[in-house]
Amino acid sequence: MKFKEVKHSIPKVDGKGLLKGASAYTDDLAVESALIIKLLRSPYAFAHIKSIDTKKALRLEGIECILTYKDVPRIPITRAGQGYPEPSPKDKFILDEYVRYVGDEVAIIAGTTQKVVEDAIKLIEVEYDVLEPVLDFEKAEGNKSVIHPEKEIYSMFPMGLDAKNNIACSYLDTMIVGDVDKTIAECDVKVEHRYYTHAQQHVAMEPHTSTAYIDVQGRLNIITSTQNPYHTRRIIGEALAKPLRDIRIFKPRIGGAFGAKQQIHNDIFTAIVTLKTGKPSKCFYTRKEVFESSFTRHQMRFDIRIGADKKGNIQAIDMQLLSNTGAYGEHALTTFMVAGAKTLPMYNKTTAIRFEGKVVYTNKCPAGAYRGYGAIQANFAVESAIRELAEKLNMDPVELRLKNCIKEGETSPVFTIMGEGGEGIAQVMESCKLDYCITRGRELIGWNEKYPSKQIAPNKIRSVGTAIAMQGSGIPLLDMGAAVLKLNDDGFFNLLVGATDLGTGSDTILSQIAAEAIGVPVDRIVITSSDTDTTPYDVGAYASSTTFVSGNAARKAGLNMRAKLIEEAAKALEAANKNDVIFEDCTFKLKDKSITLKELSEGLYYKFGAGMKQLIASGSNTSPKSPPPFMAAYVEIELDTETGKIDILDYVAVVDCGTPINPNLAKIQVEGGILQGIGMAMYEDVIYSKDGKMLTNNMMKYKIPNRKDVKKLTVEFAESYEPAGPYGAKSVGEIGIDTPLAAIANAVYNAVGVRIRSVPLTPEKILNGILEKS
Amino acid sequence: MKLKLNINNRYYNANIDADESLLDVLRHLGFKSVKKGCDTGTCGVCSVLIDGEPILSCQFLAARAEGHKITTVEGLGEKADEIIDVIINEGADQCGYCGPALVLTTYAMKQELKNPTVEKINHYLAGNLCRCSGYEGQLRGIKKYMGVE
Repeated sequence: MKFKEVKHSIPKVDGKGLLKGASAYTDDLAVESALIIKLLRSPYAFAHIKSIDTKKALRLEGIECILTYKDVPRIPITRAGQGYPEPSPKDKFILDEYVRYVGDEVAIIAGTTQKVVEDAIKLIEVEYDVLEPVLDFEKAEGNKSVIHPEKEIYSMFPMGLDAKNNIACSYLDTMIVGDVDKTIAECDVKVEHRYYTHAQQHVAMEPHTSTAYIDVQGRLNIITSTQNPYHTRRIIGEALAKPLRDIRIFKPRIGGAFGAKQQIHNDIFTAIVTLKTGKPSKCFYTRKEVFESSFTRHQMRFDIRIGADKKGNIQAIDMQLLSNTGAYGEHALTTFMVAGAKTLPMYNKTTAIRFEGKVVYTNKCPAGAYRGYGAIQANFAVESAIRELAEKLNMDPVELRLKNCIKEGETSPVFTIMGEGGEGIAQVMESCKLDYCITRGRELIGWNEKYPSKQIAPNKIRSVGTAIAMQGSGIPLLDMGAAVLKLNDDGFFNLLVGATDLGTGSDTILSQIAAEAIGVPVDRIVITSSDTDTTPYDVGAYASSTTFVSGNAARKAGLNMRAKLIEEAAKALEAANKNDVIFEDCTFKLKDKSITLKELSEGLYYKFGAGMKQLIASGSNTSPKSPPPFMAAYVEIELDTETGKIDILDYVAVVDCGTPINPNLAKIQVEGGILQGIGMAMYEDVIYSKDGKMLTNNMMKYKIPNRKDVKKLTVEFAESYEPAGPYGAKSVGEIGIDTPLAAIANAVYNAVGVRIRSVPLTPEKILNGILEKS
Repeated sequence: MKLKLNINNRYYNANIDADESLLDVLRHLGFKSVKKGCDTGTCGVCSVLIDGEPILSCQFLAARAEGHKITTVEGLGEKADEIIDVIINEGADQCGYCGPALVLTTYAMKQELKNPTVEKINHYLAGNLCRCSGYEGQLRGIKKYMGVE
């Protein structure tokens, strides 16, 4: 299909300004006079606060306010930043008399300088009753230490919250197709294994930042690095019992997010300090706070059983999951459900499926949203198990996947039974080029020549590994996004969207979509996004929703604007029938008469007398579908058998994301996702001391990939068109991160026959495996 | 303490604490292109040039900067454009938080590396971390700027 604006790689609309150093991020925009906010944080994994004395600290000159749990509203909330009713337990107070992990907030301190605030923190005297923490998630259920003994916590709908047993939610007896136990028992070949995935840190380059002030109308304004301004407004309103009309949230440019900024972090603190003092305030987390006191990826344990017939037809999959949500239950249920929902449909020829399990509280850093969102964890388990099944079947793992994977026109019962937080919606794959992705990737990596491995030196082996993945495109009938277009004199348009550009380029691709729909070059579009006062609602940037959900809103707004323009042009050109008016090259034509867009816009503003008007068009979008993007990944590694070290030589990804609206930006989404996945697969790990203190709490101890860590990434897109998407597009933001864990683990197995079922795939584990074998 | 800093070929008077980092002082003076990312001298987003060489301004005491020429991306002016263009033409700018420091360090690299190769580029820029891009897109662009095939 031919397009003029979409499917074109243009630079991001904000790119040049950002690289030239424009003041654009939250901290850049905070006023110099803003009070500095810091938090006194718990040194204990689990404790009850017996007493807090702030008198000495309050005497310091420059200290404006110190708040403890006695000074703030006691309203149970969830900081998750999801749709409403919220699918996470309401188990958090702004401050509480209990602290539930090392780094949990004890007091909020605000003063005129960072130094005085830091001095004040040292003068606050706290007496703790130290309690026995729950640090092992496999021992959390029914533990005698109850992490949430408070009575007020609740969930907005039944999700199996059982706080007295440390269970944040459970999902049982629902996601069942056929008789799994019987079917597996009857299978010729079966595998049964337990897999573990660890917590991971987002490490967005910009730490969480919030600044607040009271405007001339007496309203609370918060500028914040958030992925979802509207959810933030709702949660701040709820936490502080303020009407939403008194709150404005604005997201400026933000320095990466990856799910970290879906949750509410320091907005509550700036809001409450500014409301109490009447003064502007600012809270900029240190990197240590980002590590210790924001959110990680959910740690998970999978028990997987897969059964197949002799020919390699997969008959049944059973997945039992235990997930660790840490001290609070943000995203506990939904990451859990996505683990099943974004893996099980890939193998849709099964006659029996079961997926169930629980999410438990522990006294660790809370887990929250993180790119991949359950799917990356489950992908490790499922795609490792598929390789193990291929071994038993004595079958090429690529052939096994080709035989069993979902194809265009097909469906899976999982879509209907299970959604994100509740029931799902039936979906047929109208675009699915997964089989092409698998065969094309096989070619690109040279699988047939390289599989399984080749010894290239006495201590070096090169091998290949593979995994496939799916994600979603927003949450069906829960996510909604909207766009407004306004025509200006000089013939350009303001595009107002609630959607939230995290650095992904959504402002750019939404402009491209709107331009395509109106039929004007993209430079005629000026975008404003993510302001709860001036831009329309959008769910926010999560669940891979923006391109698909908000993109369709921009397309609808554009088509509506185009219709209005033609109607006004028809009047100006005195057309008997508006359908005779042709709009191209920014000019409306009717036989030998014409009027340019610029002339029309000026007429509507200044010259058409009684016909003068402001043209505004809008579009809202929600969808009963969440078309999955698909990907096949192949990795080539070089493994040192003396040290267990692996190097990534090439990582090949072939992706079906429908139409890439901006191919360059889509490619970077995939490349960036892959490298984050490689980091998690190989070395990123959140490590705690025996008493629950996070040891990997800075970037020297927590290594993220640098540019020397991967030799080559090879990303290609399949030709694909999703009928429900804007100009054929599906999502692309998350799919890239899902495969590296399993693909690299499989490559390790193919190299040395060592199966590692617990990531990260460290040299120690690999070497131990080699030594055990010999 | 009071000091006079030469930033982008202009002099600025600053009244600072003896233990203040150059990063904090530059941001107070309004050079918001210099970002704070990690507090440990690991991420590279606070990089500026001192007498043409890249340093981490979070690990550099402002008091030591007197008598040296400090350059931020604002000071590169049009010389930054060629670098910026090759990065944004790949879509590799992404969130942009590491961007100004990357542009500065790339500029310094061009002055310093006589026979650049991909390995040398990746080594030179290894301290400029980016969590968004996966680095490949940045490399595609920077190779063009450095004249590397």
